[in-house]
Amino acid sequence: MRKTILSLGLAAVIGLVAPAAQASEGLALPKLSWSFSAPFGTYDRAALQRGFQVYKEVCAACHSMSLLAYRDLQDLGYNEAEVKAIAAQYEVTDGPNDQGEMFQRPAVPSDRFKAPFPNVQAAKAANNGAAPPDLSLMAKARVGGPDYIHALMIGYENAPAGFAMQPGLNYNKYFPGNQIAMPAPINPDGVTFADGTKATVDQQAKDVANFLMWAAEPKLEQRHRMGAQVILFLLLLSVVLYIAKRKIWSDVH
Amino acid sequence: MAFQSDNKVIKWIEYRLPIFTLLDHAVGTYPAPKNLSYWWNFGSLAGLMLVVQIVTGIVLVMHYTPHTSLAFTSVEHIMRDVNYGWLIRYIHMNGASFFFIAVYFHIFRGLYYGSYKAPRELLWFLGIIIYLLMMATAFMGYVLPWGQMSFWGATVITNLFSAIPVVGESIVTLLWGGFSVGNPTLNRLFSLHYLLPFIIVGLVILHIWALHQHGSNNPLGIDKKDSRDTIPFHPYYTIKDLFGIAVFLLVFSIFLFYSPNFFGEPDNYIEANPLVTPAHIVPEWYLLPFYAILRSVPSKLGGVILMFAAILILFVLPWLDTSRVRSAKFRPVYKQFFWIFLANCLLLGVVGAKPPEGIWVLIGRLATVYYFAHFLVICPLVGWFERPRPLPTSINEAVLPKAAAAAGE
Repeated sequence: MRKTILSLGLAAVIGLVAPAAQASEGLALPKLSWSFSAPFGTYDRAALQRGFQVYKEVCAACHSMSLLAYRDLQDLGYNEAEVKAIAAQYEVTDGPNDQGEMFQRPAVPSDRFKAPFPNVQAAKAANNGAAPPDLSLMAKARVGGPDYIHALMIGYENAPAGFAMQPGLNYNKYFPGNQIAMPAPINPDGVTFADGTKATVDQQAKDVANFLMWAAEPKLEQRHRMGAQVILFLLLLSVVLYIAKRKIWSDVH
Repeated sequence: MAFQSDNKVIKWIEYRLPIFTLLDHAVGTYPAPKNLSYWWNFGSLAGLMLVVQIVTGIVLVMHYTPHTSLAFTSVEHIMRDVNYGWLIRYIHMNGASFFFIAVYFHIFRGLYYGSYKAPRELLWFLGIIIYLLMMATAFMGYVLPWGQMSFWGATVITNLFSAIPVVGESIVTLLWGGFSVGNPTLNRLFSLHYLLPFIIVGLVILHIWALHQHGSNNPLGIDKKDSRDTIPFHPYYTIKDLFGIAVFLLVFSIFLFYSPNFFGEPDNYIEANPLVTPAHIVPEWYLLPFYAILRSVPSKLGGVILMFAAILILFVLPWLDTSRVRSAKFRPVYKQFFWIFLANCLLLGVVGAKPPEGIWVLIGRLATVYYFAHFLVICPLVGWFERPRPLPTSINEAVLPKAAAAAGE
């Protein structure tokens, strides 16, 4: 009796929660197998570098990544000199100096990623009143995470016949509500990858999703590694404590 | 009996402050029933999680900035720049959920084995107050990262108080420290979030004190008679609790290291924006059943009253349950209703996670009615009409293999 009720209850909980989470998000996202999802998963450095290139050459025109500094790019496999060179491509405002004036200087590794717009108002003014969101945490801030980012990038198509589009918006089959302000950002061969990978829309979408996941969860590899060690330790500890418990209790049973 | 030792330092201290006697009575020679099952592990597990939360919380405060313009980025600073900050923050975030998991097992164990009955009513009361303070503390902690769900959760929950007639609006203004949720709100919630855990520690000490007055209840629910029914807490239950802690931490670690955002909402990784309302505002999972009860009532004041009544009704449970038999083991009818009640609570949790529309409104209302009917109708009636199975004469007799076979179960 109690097992029946409990299993019915659990089935109800699982059965009711799971489909509803998908129903509210519209079309189911294609599930990809990411190199970082498995318990021992790590980031694919080549994909991260390609993803950073997509961000730098495409997304960064409108989207900031205010939580990242150029020095963080060493995680992607760039050495110190390369990071310095990447940072030096940007001019940032510093100051005030001894004369009380703000001045421009090349960015250094300790600077945060330079934002495309000086402030939210400027971002709104340049984008029909809707400021493009910061991408630092995007891979954790949407249901589906990297799957969602990849799906959104490849989800642009013509609106089905009879679908009432609002002017200035674009149809995307994976976007909740299907009408998104951002026009399709990724074009085939819109970037040229240094490692010779063919820059299809799908490839770029995957790479940028990899990069954004790293940006949102930069300590993931350390976390996975430590988790394995801690769990192994706790397994052994549990066994030892269980044996000790049996031994101590042997005169009670 | 005073604690005996040959150590000079211990003797010197003991003569002036008998703290070793106190500790010895509390966790050393304290006589515990010899038949406690693993369901009795969750008390020490809840205690462990309280300590974990306080320790990680104190470290987090060293790096966190309680200001609306900096709170969100200071949490990300902890996640990215502070040494092992990600670990400390994820422990604290998932630790809250596991604290509630331990406490829910602890509460339902008490409901199943009748641990709230005489002479343990005050012990039960202290537990309810701890649970209430835990919910308040958890809610306030959820506000601190100042994400979208933090902000809108704070808005919804504080707004509940506006349902109180006459003074409601003034109370809400006082809670907010202004006319909307803003920096003063964040600051007072931060202050209280730091304060309440220490009040919980005080109440836990009272809880243990009350526990030790009559000792732990046990799976049979009968009183211990003589020394054959009990064993000293140390080493028997210290080792059993330690084993439980290792297993609990193992499960905790799986979530902590491999799915640290399982219990969270993606929306809370978006910085709070008073101009954009999230599609669904949901509280953390451990508050969902009460959220479902709140939304099941068409009137706001009625919903708030019923939500608080859902917890306060636990205070009168020792008298609503009219059976003098404690353990559901010997209560064939109550046992069935216990599992239905548990399933109903889980159902309320599901309803709380759903948008309040369509069939969910009806399900929520029926589940709410059943929740209260369990306490107000079923518990008294079952106590009167149920014929309990015969109780064993002593704990010792029942746990001996021959007697156990005769007692069934």
